[in-house]
Amino acid sequence: MNYLFDPAHWSGADGIPTLIGEHLLYSLIALAVAAIIAVPLGIYIGVTGKGVFMIAGLANALRALPSVGLLILLVLLISPAFPSRMGYVLPSLIVLVLLAVPPILTNTYAGVRAVDAAAVDAAKGMGFRTMKILTDVQLPCSLPLVLSGIRSALLQIISTATIAAYISLGGLGRLLIDGKAQNDYSQMVAGAILVALLALFFDQLLAFITRRVVSPGLTRRTIKPVPAAEPVKTPVTV
Amino acid sequence: MIKFENVTKAYPDGTVAVDGLNLEAPTGKLTILVGPSGCGKTTSLRMINRLIEPTSGTIYLDDQPTSGMDAALLRRRIGYVIQHAGLFPHKTIVDNVSTMPVLLGESRQKARTKALELMERVGLPASFAKRYPWQLSGGQQQRVGVARALASDPAFMLMDEPFSAVDPVVRGQLQEEFLRLQREIGKTIIMVTHDIDEALKLGDQVAVMRVGGKLAQMASPSELLTSPADEFVADFVGRDRGYRSLGFTKTAGTVAIGEEAVVQLGASADEARAKASGAWVLVVDGGRKPLGWAQPELLNGEVKRENLNLSGIPAAASGTMRQLLDAALSSPSRRGVVVNEHGELIGTVTATDVVKAIEAEPHLETAR
Repeated sequence: MNYLFDPAHWSGADGIPTLIGEHLLYSLIALAVAAIIAVPLGIYIGVTGKGVFMIAGLANALRALPSVGLLILLVLLISPAFPSRMGYVLPSLIVLVLLAVPPILTNTYAGVRAVDAAAVDAAKGMGFRTMKILTDVQLPCSLPLVLSGIRSALLQIISTATIAAYISLGGLGRLLIDGKAQNDYSQMVAGAILVALLALFFDQLLAFITRRVVSPGLTRRTIKPVPAAEPVKTPVTV
Repeated sequence: MIKFENVTKAYPDGTVAVDGLNLEAPTGKLTILVGPSGCGKTTSLRMINRLIEPTSGTIYLDDQPTSGMDAALLRRRIGYVIQHAGLFPHKTIVDNVSTMPVLLGESRQKARTKALELMERVGLPASFAKRYPWQLSGGQQQRVGVARALASDPAFMLMDEPFSAVDPVVRGQLQEEFLRLQREIGKTIIMVTHDIDEALKLGDQVAVMRVGGKLAQMASPSELLTSPADEFVADFVGRDRGYRSLGFTKTAGTVAIGEEAVVQLGASADEARAKASGAWVLVVDGGRKPLGWAQPELLNGEVKRENLNLSGIPAAASGTMRQLLDAALSSPSRRGVVVNEHGELIGTVTATDVVKAIEAEPHLETAR
């Protein structure tokens, strides 16, 4: 605990804020790339029913991937091609993206599949064109599952991003790896706590966003009618 | 008017869903397609708004062949109601009902005003406007489905088993209200159902289809009951056709209604015994509304609610021969209770009285 409260550790090029910044940078880039790949693919598979085997086969296979092993393999393959830090950053990102794709892909697919077939039929029968059915019915209705896929992907990314430090990159993993090397357990504990807090924070943030953007008609939350604004009595100062 | 001319739907595997269908649904009338499952009735319906494309033949909408039209634009001219309503779960009721006007380019504000009017029209309170579909019962959702289809005021409506997913009591209510609504709006409607009773109750004309997608008979409900075209139609329309055709025969004051002595709840056993005719006496409330039958022999003390036999179904004096006969047959005293439009007792009839009236007038005026 002492490690966390020592002001010396909160500044400088390898201070905690920098590490958190790096950690988040890797995580968010990986999440964005994963979402850009998995969401459209999931929608396509869900709507057309083509490539369903990918969901069961590929997605589950990716889940079983040993991240550290893959990371080292990728470094060996990729780093010779890039002389700079890129040779290390790229493998880390690839591993994180591969981890994040399955939950987003399967959830998006499941979300689109779960949209009430009668609602889609009604939309078509009323004269909605294909694109409008997608944007007005299928997407909004599958949003809760898509977002929950993104949420579990982000959790996994944030906790796994520590492995970037394994190949001498930054991020909160530094505290774990360096602490281990120096037998500095308080540093390791600090690292673990910070990763956990970061994950919790982003989980809650995404939960909050989900509540804001998903229709209460889907989550079955009863929204209380907003009470008529009561006139606020301002104290009169004499 | 919607017209099928030699319409066939065959699938690549050789299945023929609809085979050379010729049919005309006249303007302002409710035409019902009915038949066993696999008879192609839903396929026929979905070919009208081209959710399914016919293999050959032509469907006309007011003399224009639909095949040349843009499918989406064609669908926007036709109201569409389906079995489970198919409401958009993420939209409020008022937004669901506004769907068509908004799609056709009306402002959201105007569309909502119209939607609220329509909700009232189909019997939904305005307080439902801000609710979501999951907060409504199946019957209420179906009303929303009908309101949504009516919102663009289309000349045509297609309804695919609109009332079959709700329980029988609600179904009956929805059917009654829908008949009333149709009398006001007079749309050209084609409705699909597998329920011959629903077809006979709602249809101006009924098209009975047989497996293989062929039209077996197209006729008015009472004609289907009294002169089915062939064995299949006779069989499909079902047993007790004679009895059910009485459902289309108004009583019209031809049945002799007898006086019935009554007692009120709380009357003594002696009074009940004095008023009883045969083993049973009719018990009414203070407003002469019939409550049930009691047996004075079994009374010990005054007439209480738990002494009542409730098996009888009162018939309205303005009802049909079928209701009147059923009132007599369902009553434990074999005297059927007849009430006025306020539910107050007029008198009782026996099955003999009803049958005499039926036999005396073989050409009774039909109900529609």
